[in-house]
Amino acid sequence: MSLLAPIKDHHSERQLFLGRVLLTSVISALLLGLVVARLFQLQVVEHELFAEKSQGNRVRIEAVPPIRGLIFDRKGRAIAENLPAYQLEMIPEQVEDIDDTLERLATIGLIDAADIPRFKELGRSGPRFQPVTLKVRLTEDEIANFAVQRPRFPGVDFQPRLVRHYPDGPVVAHAVGYVGALSSDDLKRVEPARYAGTSHTGKTGVEITFESDLHGFAGYRHLITNARGRRIPSDSSELLDSLPVDQVPSPGANVFLSLDLDLQRIAAKSLEGRRGAVVAIDPWTGEILALVSAPSFDPNLFALGMTSQQYGELQGDPDRPLFNRAVRGAYPPGSTIKPMLALAALETGATNLSRRSFCRGFFRLPNSTHRYRDWKPEGHGSMNLHDAITQSCDVYFYEISGDVGINNMHDYLNRFGLGHKAGIDIGGEHAGLVPSTEWKRSAFRNRDDQRWYDGETVIASIGQGYMLATPLQLAGAAAALATRGVRYRPHLVAAVEDGMSGQRRMVDPQRLPDVEIRERDHWDAVLEGMHDVMQGARGTARAVGMGAPYQMAGKSGTAQVISIAQDDEYDEEEIDERQRDHALFLAFAPFDEPRIAVAVIVENGSSGSSVAAPIAKAVMDQYLGYGEKVAQ
Amino acid sequence: MRRLQVDGPLLGGLLLICGFGLFVLYSAVGESNRLLVNQIIRLSVAFIGMLLVAQMSPDFLRRWTPWGYAAGLILLVLVLTKGEVGQGARRWLDLGIRFQPSEAMKLGVPMMAAWFLHHRQMPPRFSQLLVIAALIIVPTILIARQPDLGTAILIAASGIIVMVLAGMSVRLILGMGVLAIPGALLLWTFMQDYQKQRVLTLLDPDSDPLGAGYNIIQSKIAIGSGGLFGKGWTNGSQAHLEFLPERDTDFIFAVLGEEFGLLGVLTLLTLYMFVIGRGLYIAAQAHDTYSRLLAGSISLTFLVYVFVNTAMVTGLIPVVGVPLPLVSFGGTSMVTLMAGFGILMAIHAHRKLLPH
Repeated sequence: MSLLAPIKDHHSERQLFLGRVLLTSVISALLLGLVVARLFQLQVVEHELFAEKSQGNRVRIEAVPPIRGLIFDRKGRAIAENLPAYQLEMIPEQVEDIDDTLERLATIGLIDAADIPRFKELGRSGPRFQPVTLKVRLTEDEIANFAVQRPRFPGVDFQPRLVRHYPDGPVVAHAVGYVGALSSDDLKRVEPARYAGTSHTGKTGVEITFESDLHGFAGYRHLITNARGRRIPSDSSELLDSLPVDQVPSPGANVFLSLDLDLQRIAAKSLEGRRGAVVAIDPWTGEILALVSAPSFDPNLFALGMTSQQYGELQGDPDRPLFNRAVRGAYPPGSTIKPMLALAALETGATNLSRRSFCRGFFRLPNSTHRYRDWKPEGHGSMNLHDAITQSCDVYFYEISGDVGINNMHDYLNRFGLGHKAGIDIGGEHAGLVPSTEWKRSAFRNRDDQRWYDGETVIASIGQGYMLATPLQLAGAAAALATRGVRYRPHLVAAVEDGMSGQRRMVDPQRLPDVEIRERDHWDAVLEGMHDVMQGARGTARAVGMGAPYQMAGKSGTAQVISIAQDDEYDEEEIDERQRDHALFLAFAPFDEPRIAVAVIVENGSSGSSVAAPIAKAVMDQYLGYGEKVAQ
Repeated sequence: MRRLQVDGPLLGGLLLICGFGLFVLYSAVGESNRLLVNQIIRLSVAFIGMLLVAQMSPDFLRRWTPWGYAAGLILLVLVLTKGEVGQGARRWLDLGIRFQPSEAMKLGVPMMAAWFLHHRQMPPRFSQLLVIAALIIVPTILIARQPDLGTAILIAASGIIVMVLAGMSVRLILGMGVLAIPGALLLWTFMQDYQKQRVLTLLDPDSDPLGAGYNIIQSKIAIGSGGLFGKGWTNGSQAHLEFLPERDTDFIFAVLGEEFGLLGVLTLLTLYMFVIGRGLYIAAQAHDTYSRLLAGSISLTFLVYVFVNTAMVTGLIPVVGVPLPLVSFGGTSMVTLMAGFGILMAIHAHRKLLPH
């Protein structure tokens, strides 16, 4: 082994090693030189900067909430905007005794004592440096009052903030919804970084469905604070230059609705003092032109924050102003379903265009003494399908109901969108109900209740009994009649405009399965009947439609709220207001080229043709350009 | 002194560093006498260890080197399987006495590399370098798995330094530099999340100023605010108001910078440079391959220690948990360091006894 090993040359090896020591020494010197240069930079060049930083000052990062996107109507008028206001805030980490501070604030009347537990909870659940909003809009007096007392409340201060404002308030409340203070539950739901510094979030309507578009992204900026956490004016400070660049928040997207504010106003005005709803749709796109529920409430109360008492009053109001009747209210549709039922009868052969029957004012099932009464006690006389629609003869439909059968009724009404959610882009929809034999089997426990009775088919034919529909569904049905079966998903949002780039994302109309009717004649007959309801010599709503500058179609409905005993007469005067019939109306116009379909319901309005129909006409007039100029 | 085989200049340099270090430490631990005495005891033990090692002959050390290296590897495997877990890492082994086998390998790896090259002709052939690379990589990976990235880097550096000193061609050195890129990627896969975070934080320390970037930002403030002459002993507000984390261990250099300024920092760095220079002088005087390579590696690894710590505290490189040698509080690495200086002294004392 040692013989084969090459002979070591000690001299040259030593020279090699010394060379390497020299090389590594140079590298070492360079490395240490790098550190020395760095130290020189920190301790000499930037010394003043770091000296200032260490002077008991602290750099704090403050979240900058994004500006919430605006909401516009179809003509570009603001429905939801942001207004500057001073709000009272508390930063939990800077408050020594939160309980005591809140109680003292309540004593001087700045906050409501009943809200103290909520503020405590918010102060505990969020990050301790994040401000808790105590009051959204301070009056000038409150600002002046608090300014004097501020030294007594370390950690509490007023800050300029943008507050959501709905200029038309109650008129748009049920469609647009509102924002409210972020609750501790909301905080669990949202992505914390996006909501840093944010005090409000969408709670209902478009405000919550499009929350992720409207909200935007929070940014942040650096603040220099002294040891007590108070902010020091930063304009003089060079310190900020050395910090990472502030992140500008990205504003939320603007949302453009298909709503027409003029229609909203006229519908709201027409419903004033009543309980009810109006929904108007562009039948060829599904765009909602108006969606009003009455009575309404002021959504600004939620954005500003109200006292527990105010909220209690809204909740406890027997007229239920917070209840969105337009999408949530389920009513017996009454005679408004007759055009659809007529189509079902024609298609299934239960009747034909020439069949006539004689109305004596009531109908009896074979082997039964029970009288199913017409709304007109003396009867309509000889009726064909056209007349039965125009004059809303109940007996005609009673007679054919058995031949159509409840399951065919269910099938056809379903195609028109009744009995299932319409899929509008705000929440809370009621699915309504269209009964069938199968439905009854699954809905009831008791064997006897599970059976379907012939009499139930009879009353179903005039939209009574189990049947329920929402104003939104009825408007959809009116639209499907207007288009002769072409249907679109109803939606409120037409476009979303990026807050930064201004790029618009259009919401395309979403087509739904058509209502297929084999015979064109059937459409002609039914729609002609609806036309004559309003503009025929004997139409139930001729008083509303006569003399109008355009052609229209409609169908009235009057739905019983209570059942009348066999021998009793329905007497409006004697019956308690809350037990009067609901008034309903469907309409579309212009008759030949429909551009708008409307459904109106007035709770306990007594008469569809005289109470609900004028409201539908007023909305259509406005949209088609025949309305009066509505004052704001 | 001669009879004790002690090198006067080296001892003097080390004593000055330790003495200065104790001053800084006293301030950093919040003027606690108890902790100061604690550190003095450790230093004393380490100095005695150094003197004991200095009595050994380099030939003796060389003969036992492969056995020591093999034993070290076995212990490292034992650590991974049976070691005690503390703070998310397995570093300690309890065999009657508790110790970190990775510390022993700080000397074991360069000794083994030097042993391997001792009888061979310099510069080494490529195949021989490959063997040394394997001798380095195995313990490095075992330690990185504990995980102890700081020690792994120091150990790898000590072995690579041996190869460079042995005369590995400059082309190869540059080639290794190129290979370092995939190596770094491999290292990335070994890293724990907190270690990855440290690297990312260095690349953009201000991305998370209240989180992972906090240490670096605060230590830069401490050093920068010290200026030329410092705020004075025990007057560093960054350290004493607790803005500065780990101020008595890995970040003690920032305390020095804040209280003694650029002047104090340069003084300490000069002392370090003196010690390193003396070590390289001893290496140059040594008369056999083993002694030369080992002495050179020990000296330069000490430099790596100093560089990694000061560069990390000043925000030049990621935070990798390497203490400031002989100054940071804690005794584990001190014993190894002083043993290394003991070896240097032994080599220097035996330089004339070795054959030419």
